[in-house]
Amino acid sequence: MVPLTWYLVLAAALFAIGMFGVLARKNAVAVLMGVELMLNAVNINLLAFWRYTALGELVGHAFAVFVITVAAAEAAVGVALFIAVYRQRDTVNVEELDAMKG
Amino acid sequence: MFLFIVFALIAIVAGLGVILSRKPVYSALFLLLNFATLAAMYIMLQAQFLAAVQIIVYAGAIVVLFLFVVMLIGGGELNAVDRETSRQGDKANIASQRSSIQLGWPRLTALVLAVLLLAGVGYGVITGQLHQPTGTAAAFGQGSVEAVAATLYTDYLLPFEMTSVLLLVGMVGAVVLARNE
Repeated sequence: MVPLTWYLVLAAALFAIGMFGVLARKNAVAVLMGVELMLNAVNINLLAFWRYTALGELVGHAFAVFVITVAAAEAAVGVALFIAVYRQRDTVNVEELDAMKG
Repeated sequence: MFLFIVFALIAIVAGLGVILSRKPVYSALFLLLNFATLAAMYIMLQAQFLAAVQIIVYAGAIVVLFLFVVMLIGGGELNAVDRETSRQGDKANIASQRSSIQLGWPRLTALVLAVLLLAGVGYGVITGQLHQPTGTAAAFGQGSVEAVAATLYTDYLLPFEMTSVLLLVGMVGAVVLARNE
């Protein structure tokens, strides 16, 4: 059986990749994809810890289900936001969306 | 062990593909591959229910949503460059050559990943490692629908109901935001 550490390393790598995507991409849809990568890395961690340490109780499972639900809601709202922004400004480039002087 | 390495490799390369490909469509497709390998990972962790949920929710709903939006609003980071080069007719050849080079690497990566995936799944099917309960007997069936539902509907009933409210709010918010005034 694969050691727990391997799963943690994989999750950390995916989280780092997603974080880089969030910070480096200019397309807002791609930024959202980076967020999804990060959420999935968290799910791997939750399930790996459930499998290796707390097999009796399904806490990891419950949290993973909640993470997936939140991710779905977040993706729907985010995508709707991008459509609204695109209607107004004809772009979803995050560097051009500086109306709030961020 | 071998299966984990193969799937982890695919997941990481697909993750890199998500953030490195210039066209959002390729990003979305690499994201789909990443989600699929993570579902395989969940099966290896004996969380069968979540593997199914991963495929249905992520691959079935979220990636399709992303693809839909990408195709609706177009929006590549290459758009400005594309528009400029298409104006200059005599340079069309150079531009098409360059774009074929740029389109080359996602295709090559996808081919390599597909071969890896085939090798992984084939290995799992031949050796029976994908559907063999490793570990204790009590561990198997822990991630089934029955066990997860029992937990969700007893210990986590309140958070469960609250997530349904969250989904409702998300749906209403999405409809309001995307509504054509």
